[in-house]
Formats: sequence, C-alpha cells, structure tokens
Amino acid sequence: MIAAENIDAAVAFVEIGALVLLLAILARLAGRFGITAIPLYLIAGLAVGEGGFAKINVSEDFISIGAEIGVLLLLLALGLQYSQDELQTGLRTGMQASVVNFVLNALPGFAFGLLLGWEPLAAVLLGGITWATSAGIVSKVLADLGRLGNRETPPVLNMLVVEDLSMAIYLPIVAALIVGGSLLATSINVAIALGLVTIILLSALRYGQHFSALLVGGSDEALLLSIFATTLLVAGIAQQLDVSGAIGAFLVGLAVSGPAARRAAALISPLRDLFAATFFLFFSFQIDPADLTGAIVPAVILAIIGIGTKFATGWYTASRAGVGQAGRARAGVLIIPRGEFSIVIAALGSELVDGPELGALAATYVLITAIVGPLATKFSDRIPLPSGMRRRAATTASAS
Amino acid sequence: MAQVRETKLPGVGVRHDFTAATGAEIGVIVHHDGRREILLYDDDDVDASSSVIQLSPLDARTMSEVLGASQVTEVVEAVQQHIEGLAIEWLTVPANSLAITTSIGGARYRSKTGASIVAVIRDHQSIPAPGADFRLAVDDVIVAVGTVEGVAALRQIIRPN
Repeated sequence: MIAAENIDAAVAFVEIGALVLLLAILARLAGRFGITAIPLYLIAGLAVGEGGFAKINVSEDFISIGAEIGVLLLLLALGLQYSQDELQTGLRTGMQASVVNFVLNALPGFAFGLLLGWEPLAAVLLGGITWATSAGIVSKVLADLGRLGNRETPPVLNMLVVEDLSMAIYLPIVAALIVGGSLLATSINVAIALGLVTIILLSALRYGQHFSALLVGGSDEALLLSIFATTLLVAGIAQQLDVSGAIGAFLVGLAVSGPAARRAAALISPLRDLFAATFFLFFSFQIDPADLTGAIVPAVILAIIGIGTKFATGWYTASRAGVGQAGRARAGVLIIPRGEFSIVIAALGSELVDGPELGALAATYVLITAIVGPLATKFSDRIPLPSGMRRRAATTASAS
Repeated sequence: MAQVRETKLPGVGVRHDFTAATGAEIGVIVHHDGRREILLYDDDDVDASSSVIQLSPLDARTMSEVLGASQVTEVVEAVQQHIEGLAIEWLTVPANSLAITTSIGGARYRSKTGASIVAVIRDHQSIPAPGADFRLAVDDVIVAVGTVEGVAALRQIIRPN
C-alpha cells in the first residue's frame, strides 16, 4: 500500500518537476528577449495538453488546484499594489477615459461574439476578454523601458485602476449569469453578488487600516501565512456564494494597505509567480488543438480590431492629459497587451456550450496582443511623426 | 526654491518633478518599495523621460545627505540671525532619554521650560506641529523654539547628563 503511494508520489514529483522546469526555461527565454513569459506559458500548455505530445496523468488534480490558487494570487497581488489614495485619484481622474476604454474595447468583442453565432453570455465574456488590458504586462513594460516618468504614464495608470475596479463588478455579474436559472433567480444572484462586492469593498476601504495594523506586527512568516489564509478563505466564501473567488482575493488585496501591503506584496510575489505560471500553462493545457485551428482566423481579425481600439483609447487618454502626439502614440501601443484578466474571464466560461471555442480564441488573442504590444512599445519611439508636430505638442502640453 | 509638482503613479509610487534654474526638467520617482529613480526630461519631446540614476533606499539616503547637509545648516543659521532673542535648536532623542516614556503633552515641556516643540523629524520626514498626544521615539530629531534658557532647559530634559 505504502509502496504504491510512494510510486504515485514519485511519478507526481517527476511530472510536476518536469513541468516547472519547462516553465523555468520559458521564463528564462522570455527574460532574454525582454518580453513577458505569459505567451510562452500558453504555447507550452498547448504543447503538453490535450492531444499535445506529452500527457500528464497523476498530478493533474494537484496542478488544477494550483492553477486556481494562481488566479487568486494574481488578483491579490494586483489589489495589494494599490493604496486607497491611489484608488481615489484613479476614480477621480480616470473615469472618462475608462468609459471610452469600455465602449471602444468591450463592445466590439461582444458584437464579434454574436457575429460568430455564439450564445449571448459567451459574447459577453468575449467582450470582457477584449476589454481587459494586462496591467501586469503594462507595468513590466513601463519599468523595463524606463518609461515610468513619462507624462503619458499617470493618465494611463489611472485609467487602468478604474479598469481593474470595473472587473470587480464585471466578474461577479458574469459569474452570476453563468450560474443562470430563471430571469428572477439570475437577477437575485446578480444583486447578491453586487451587494456582497460593495460590502467587502466598503469595509476594505473603511476597516482596511485596522486589518493592516493587525497584520503588520508579526514576523514575515506569520504575515505570509495570514495573508494567504485570508485570501483563500475570502475567495472560498465568495466562490460559494457564486461571486467570483478571484474578486474576493482582489478585494483582500485592496483592504491591506501601507507597510503591511508592501511587505505582503514582496512576500507573496514568488508564490504568485509559481502558481500564476501554473495557471497559464494549465489553461492552454485544456485547449483542444482542433478548436485552436478554427480559432486562428477569428483571433487574428479580433486582434487587429483590438489593437486599433486600444491604440485609440490610449491616444485619447493621453491627449486629455495634455500630452503631445509622440506620447499619445506611446500610450496607445502601451495598453495593447491583454493577459491575465482575459484568461481568467475565458476560464470562467469553460462550462458554456461555446466554452471550448471561447478558450481557444482567448488564448490565441492573448498570444497575439501580448507579443505585439510590448514589441510595438519598444519601437514606438520610432513611429515617424512630422517634426513640427512634436514642437507644437510640446507647447500645448506646457500651456495646459 | 522651484515649485515641486507631485503626481501619483498608481501601483508604482509617486513622481515629483520640478523645473531647474537651467530650464532642465528634473523628476524623481519614489517607488512603493523605497527605491528612487532620478529622471531627466527630453528637450524635444517634453513628455518623454529617461531614467538617469536608480537608487536603493540606502543610496537615496546617502545621496540626500551629500546634497542636503550643508543646506540644513544654512537654513538654521539664517533663522538664528534673523530672529533676535529667539533660539531654535535641533535635538536628537538619545536611546536613554526619558522623553520616549510619555507623550509631548504628558511631559508638559512647554509649561516647564517655555520652549515649544514645533516639529519632529523622523526617518527623514518632518512632522510639523506634533500634537499633545504625539510620542517621541529614539533617534527622532526635535525642532524646538523658545528663549535661549527655555531651549537649554528642554535640552536638559530630553538628553540628561
């Protein structure tokens, strides 16, 4: 009996070890080329997954729960990086740009889903997939290229704050819609979800400081364990009530502020890297290559639209802040990449009738935009603009 | 002194920037984790910046000491010259000080000595006009204002020897 378990454990160790080794090589490769590793993880998942060249047997359960934890940690880390001050500034200054962002990016995705003949709910999910810029990729690109100081950066970051907060409303609604039922039951579910999010959000803003003060005292070990435990508990309860667990984790991140948030972010980031990589791998791992071939043409069309609309959004956002033409172009290409949120949204829809196609389309779409975006950003300084334009832009900016 | 503008960078930190006397646009990003980045803005494209120097929290402290030390004494001398009969003193709270056992109000410094604690500098951040319930800590720098005798009396209480 024990011998059999030993063999199982040994197989699991080897499988998980091999997978993580693969992830490590990809992360290294991504670093070499200065791009984010997310697209590489997705490609790797396709290669080892359903119908791919290798099969995972024993450890699939473990990897699937690891992937779920990865989503929670991704969103927790996202919430941790915002202070309440920054949320308020974001809401105050980023609202108008965010409405434009929603209209230009979510609606085309939704319409495209309907054109593909999908059920409305799958189209709503596709709208979310095309809407959500990858905050993770954007902040990495900004830091890598040394563009944090640029004047187009604050308006873009403020817009992304509102986008992230919008996800805290969008995801629970979608989660409630997926559970479905009669019109009445669904509306009750949506109302419960929104009510719960509002309650958690308000208490996070109101009592967050007490919670943070409670956390900050102990050792690093105690802090790591308490934040991990809180995240899992809140996410679990949220999930139980059919509110997305990921949003529960996001709200926990928002609730923690000040020194506790900074320490927690530093402690959680290695865990997040490990589990989030697992999540991306496991997501594309479940995609059937047959669905993938069908997804390529629509994904390319959708990506071209999505690159155009995000560029327009960035251009508009930067121009409202009085930034010149060159800066507007930089802002436009900066927000092209879609990433973690889009995959989280696609994963929500995996149970739908159109779920498999949605997953394949989302993976391809994220692959394209996550690769094109950072590359375009790198070369955005070389986008030719008439020299007179730069000068004129400079004077407008200083006048405003 | 040039006016310093502050801009929040959600998820990153805060950016401060100002126009130097030479006309150069200089920025400093204070990251949430304490790293500082010194930036210079482009002449041709005022929106673009390049990161010139990256400093760890410790480096930033060293840098500010090097840049700011002489400036601090200048300011103090200026104050002493301009206000006759008024003494201003910067006092560091030593580890054995009794001042850390009670709040400023509880120790009744002003009624005992006539000198007021107008600001406290803690970890390179100044706390102007600390309230009666403010507690001093070891290594805080107190900025005290009063008569020469009053400030001397306060010094006796804060650092007895």
